[in-house]
Amino acid sequence: MALTGAEALVSTLTEMGVEYVFGYPGGAVLPIYDALYNSSLKHILTRHEQGAAHAADGYARATRKPGVVIATSGPGATNLVTGLANAYMDSVPLVAITGQVHSGLIGKDSFQEADIMGITMPVTKHNYLVKDGNSIPRVIKEALFIANTGRPGPVLVDITKDALMNHLLEPLLDAEIDLPGYRVKTTGHPRQIMLAKNLIQEAKRPLIYAGGGAGDAGESLLQLVEQYDIPVTTTLMGLGAFPGNHPLNLGMLGMHGTPWANMAIQECDVLIAIGARFDDRVTGNLSKFAPKAKIIHIDIDAAEIGKNVKADIPIVGDAKSILPELLGTEKLTHPNWIAEIREFALPKYQANKPNSDPCEVCNVPNLFNATPPPPCKRQESVTPKQVLEVVAATIKDKIIVATDVGQNQMWAAQYLPVDKPHSFITSGGLGTMGYGLPAALGAQLGRPDEQVVLVTGDGSLQMNIQELATIATYDIPVKIVLLNNRVLGMVRQWQTIFYESRYSQTCTGSVPDFCLLASAYSLPAVKILTREDCQTKLPEALLTKGPYLIEVAIDPDESVWPMVAPGASLCEMLHAELTPKPAWER
Amino acid sequence: MSKVTLAVLVNNEPGVLSRVAGLFTRRGYNIHSLAVGPTEDNSISRITIVVEEDEQRLEQVTKQLHKLIDVLKITDLTYEERVERELALIKVKGDKRSEILQIVDIFRAKIVDVSPKEVMVEVTGDMEKVDAFIQMLDSYGITEIVRTGKIALARSAKN
Repeated sequence: MALTGAEALVSTLTEMGVEYVFGYPGGAVLPIYDALYNSSLKHILTRHEQGAAHAADGYARATRKPGVVIATSGPGATNLVTGLANAYMDSVPLVAITGQVHSGLIGKDSFQEADIMGITMPVTKHNYLVKDGNSIPRVIKEALFIANTGRPGPVLVDITKDALMNHLLEPLLDAEIDLPGYRVKTTGHPRQIMLAKNLIQEAKRPLIYAGGGAGDAGESLLQLVEQYDIPVTTTLMGLGAFPGNHPLNLGMLGMHGTPWANMAIQECDVLIAIGARFDDRVTGNLSKFAPKAKIIHIDIDAAEIGKNVKADIPIVGDAKSILPELLGTEKLTHPNWIAEIREFALPKYQANKPNSDPCEVCNVPNLFNATPPPPCKRQESVTPKQVLEVVAATIKDKIIVATDVGQNQMWAAQYLPVDKPHSFITSGGLGTMGYGLPAALGAQLGRPDEQVVLVTGDGSLQMNIQELATIATYDIPVKIVLLNNRVLGMVRQWQTIFYESRYSQTCTGSVPDFCLLASAYSLPAVKILTREDCQTKLPEALLTKGPYLIEVAIDPDESVWPMVAPGASLCEMLHAELTPKPAWER
Repeated sequence: MSKVTLAVLVNNEPGVLSRVAGLFTRRGYNIHSLAVGPTEDNSISRITIVVEEDEQRLEQVTKQLHKLIDVLKITDLTYEERVERELALIKVKGDKRSEILQIVDIFRAKIVDVSPKEVMVEVTGDMEKVDAFIQMLDSYGITEIVRTGKIALARSAKN
């Protein structure tokens, strides 16, 4: 007997090497769940479709394999939308399979009907509505292929219930991909590569600015840096693409970047952007960004070139194939340039300099503003820095960091250096609160031999807290470090700075008791209240086998510094003296 | 701001026009006119889009369109030798029918329907001609207009 559409779907996924699917059943996908019943495909049942989407996303980021998520029609499908938008912004390969009502019921406002193809068009790389079961094998192969090639991204496949239930007419399981309109350019243009190579070799003050697209080119990036002695700054998405503890790593740039990374941008003569998209959180005021630099822009997406800045030498292609071609035979050094950058980390540059010359780039009188930030009221409370330094020291190189969104995310980026690509799992472009918990469990399933540490806040955690059940059910050993300040910290920080401390709707109060909640889910939990707890209870919990919730009480006035106000130039940093230690001093 | 005419070949499948139109909305590009129809190959449709944007954004329009998987080929006809046409149907009040007939003649337009109070006129030509024709009829009292949007085809090589 020929397979049904649903059986063909499951067998195609298996054949294509998919190991995990994340999902939530419902009426329209009953045939898929029935086909899964006897399948070797591992299905992770989350407690909300959004959780399933983020879990598949976290799995995909950690493994560089497409994440697969299944949801039913109507509300199941619409619950995926944030997850798809999140994956789209961060170029994550995701395949979402949604059930659709019977093809005869489409357009009649049937029960649990939603036009998910129409809804998700702007947030997917591509999407399909499948009404004929015979095309399922081909469409699934195409979806996986599109999701994971070129600039990766999410693909949604909406399948009607009848297409899932009908038996396939012909053995179409071997159907090949047919995508005449989809072309991926991986190798760079030889002339552009030659021009770039010459420019890099002539540069006196070269700088690499690596984004999420550099992750797959990690090794070549390291080679390039070491051969040409070029300092590197990474975006939030690029963390890990270059070893966090390498002496040439300047850390993150942008709004909460390090002063020396931001100043290096303003002073460099050649800027090599690799798989980065000149996002507004990175560049600050675009017209004052890298004013002295010629820009080499390497990106696999031609549409990124010239979108925000004009590149002097654009190279369209895969960084993994292009970077090795930039290597020459000669070894270069830039000791003066590197020494100059390192000076920006010296205290004298971070003190207020009332009589100093205005910055020649942006005409701001002081390079760095050093008026003290608002003091924390409870001086004895644990600081995020202390917590994260203990985390880094305890887990060391086996760490995969997952974060939520807000202050917790920026502190994790500043204080938890990762040395491997694909090991800093965070919602960069969309900034999705509630991303962290499900993404962490997905990443942990994908890389079981390493330790996922989720850094989250009380606001973000509550946006997908139901996934504690998933973690408990499957005993997924994620360590959850909850920095609880009882406020929506990042928004509150902006209210402090830009809205005269008028704290409108940012105080969430002291409910719930997260440790009690954890125990309701049968998860072990501990409260860290003092600096002493931080040294004793925190490492103990981190090293305990299995999942653990670690709640740390922090002061609501703790803020993320330094900071470049939105629209300001990168050399206008608030509180530059409050920066983590540079990599070369660690 | 400059105007360009793009010929976009797409898969003739449900939702494709929606993808193209949606891309323009989402990225905030201005569509001046848009015409869609089948081609010599049944599986392929041709969308003729006139876009009005500055230089840098025009480049983005083409690049973003190329990313749509259903887009097969984009040709910028702006600087090509080409034939352009638009068709318009215009209803005008028929009080001064003989004067209208004269203008119709000059523009090589056609009367396609007559009623006691109105005449319906069909005109084809490039957009400028259609604009000029409408302007000429304006004073007689236009009651309704429909325009197809521009279509264009590059001329074949002459040698």
